[in-house]
Amino acid sequence: MFLKLINRLFQALMTMIFVGLVSFLLFNFVGDPISNMVGQETSVEDRDALREKLGLNDPFLAQFARFGSNAVSGNFGISYALQRPVSTLIAERMPATLELVATSAVVAIVLGVLLGVYTGINRHSWISKTIMPLSLIGVSLPTFVIGILLIYIFSVTLGWLPSFGRGEVTQIGGWSTNFLTIGGLKALILPSTTLALFQMALIMRLVRSEMLEVLRTDYIKFARARGLAPRVVHFGHALRNTLVPVITIIGLNIGSLIAFSIITETVFQWPGMGLLFIQSVTFGDIPVMAAYLVLIAAMFVFINVVVDILYLIADPRLRGRG
Amino acid sequence: MDDVLLDIRGLRVEFPTRRGTLVALDDISLALQPGEILGMVGESGAGKSLTGASVIGLLEPPGRVAAGEIRFDGQRIDDLSQEQMRQLRGKEIGAIFQDPLTSLNPMHRIGKQLVETIRTHLPVSEAEARKQAIDMLREVGIPAPEQRIDSYPHEFSGGMRQRVVIALALCTGPKLIVADEPTTALDVSTQAQIIALLRRLCKDKGMAVILITHDMGVVAEIADRVAVLYAGRLAEIGPVREVVQNPQHPYTKGLMASIPVPGRRVEWLPQIPGSMPRLSEIPHGCAFSARCEFAHDQCRAKRPPMQQNENGNLSACWLSVLEQAETGGRHD
Repeated sequence: MFLKLINRLFQALMTMIFVGLVSFLLFNFVGDPISNMVGQETSVEDRDALREKLGLNDPFLAQFARFGSNAVSGNFGISYALQRPVSTLIAERMPATLELVATSAVVAIVLGVLLGVYTGINRHSWISKTIMPLSLIGVSLPTFVIGILLIYIFSVTLGWLPSFGRGEVTQIGGWSTNFLTIGGLKALILPSTTLALFQMALIMRLVRSEMLEVLRTDYIKFARARGLAPRVVHFGHALRNTLVPVITIIGLNIGSLIAFSIITETVFQWPGMGLLFIQSVTFGDIPVMAAYLVLIAAMFVFINVVVDILYLIADPRLRGRG
Repeated sequence: MDDVLLDIRGLRVEFPTRRGTLVALDDISLALQPGEILGMVGESGAGKSLTGASVIGLLEPPGRVAAGEIRFDGQRIDDLSQEQMRQLRGKEIGAIFQDPLTSLNPMHRIGKQLVETIRTHLPVSEAEARKQAIDMLREVGIPAPEQRIDSYPHEFSGGMRQRVVIALALCTGPKLIVADEPTTALDVSTQAQIIALLRRLCKDKGMAVILITHDMGVVAEIADRVAVLYAGRLAEIGPVREVVQNPQHPYTKGLMASIPVPGRRVEWLPQIPGSMPRLSEIPHGCAFSARCEFAHDQCRAKRPPMQQNENGNLSACWLSVLEQAETGGRHD
């Protein structure tokens, strides 16, 4: 089990180095960084001096090593558009995105799993028969449509919730949070619902079909034959056996929550990393894009490692086979 | 029979379908005494497992008991609520299923599965339940049960897993075990061990067993009596020696003739022509009439009653009814 973990971490490291390489190539070879940095009137000599000073004439590997060590210490250079360190920009925007994603993920997982278990057990109840077609809509409607619909209903027509921005935020250290004020929480409702809806429907459908599968197995029949209470059979025995595929999908989906948050953040003008990324694309702000790329990749890799560890916890059969 | 543990009377199980109601079990009546082992044989689909499922109250919907009654220890159990039945099931009536490889939850240690079963039915502490679980594992022949109790099912072999399954079925001290093909998935030498174990535990604890199988060898070895099912009906029931050596019903005769005997080489193994009718196509009269070489008009018109012969065999066949009428030897 320990070996497996080491092996997994090594793989994660290799992935990060590769992503770093792509990001570095993007940074250095899409256009000329020098002409992005200086004005039109700068002379050729000055440009060459700057090129030398920035180390852009060094061998490829040396440059990549420097980029790598800078990236590890969180230094991604200066944003072209905003003329501020990228790391500061990202640090400012990260809480907004993480809070949005975390809220959506919790909502999607809790509701998705509960509804999935319910519809799996009570396949023929009218509640299940209502939820299932709705979940199909949830899976098939694009995020931005859901977002705009929600804005139309709850902001424009009913006027209950704000349609854009984070509303009131509270600063705790360097972290700005929505969770501590009513205004902040209200602002969080629409975007997190938008982001969660698709994932929730997906998780629910997956849990339901896994439950249906597991409920047919012999060990569930045997658990019933032993006279265990239905609650124990359903949650202790059946749900536990659906976990491995569910963890996989949830893991992948938290990654795509972060990725999808670009769209949601744009629709709701949510000042997170996604919005920062879209703005940097419009400006051709390569340091920001590169940093965003590395950061998202790091999150994906981290989630995947966590998922692999969760596998080992969830399924005893996977342990101990080095 | 005054001392009856399980009494099934006129049990009828139906499956409503779009094309009409299928009668999966029709007028099954049998009784079990405490400590008795009843073998239940028949082809696939004859209703063996359904009878077992009815007894433990785990008929898969839409299947339902449409008529008749099941009494356990004097109490009627077929009309209990789900919750009442659940409390009885696993405590008074245990069940063992066919495939030990899939009967245990792969996610939980066997100790947890034992302890949760014990604590569901008996008011004991966690530690006491664990002690009982270890004792039970020792009793079913798991070596070093103190260590093995913390193993996962996949760490056991097939035979050992079936022992664990038996331990799970027996850990609450039930009076009746419904064993649905407990040895079918095991290899032959393991089968013999499991059968011997079942018989020993049954005698030690005075537990009755309904042993569902299509292996006549297993039945002959362990059962006291045997019931032969055909197309959801009882064809014959009686002491195992009588049914094996002196079968009354033509179906039982065919069944016995088709068992290969080691050491006797034959060109053709006798077999019963045709196959068991589907539930939707059971003929009028005797269900076996279409395949029976002795069938006559009455067999196709009217269902034969259960008739007891002088050796204690009950069989449902017009031939024995007529025979006995001729010799005047009616028993009741």
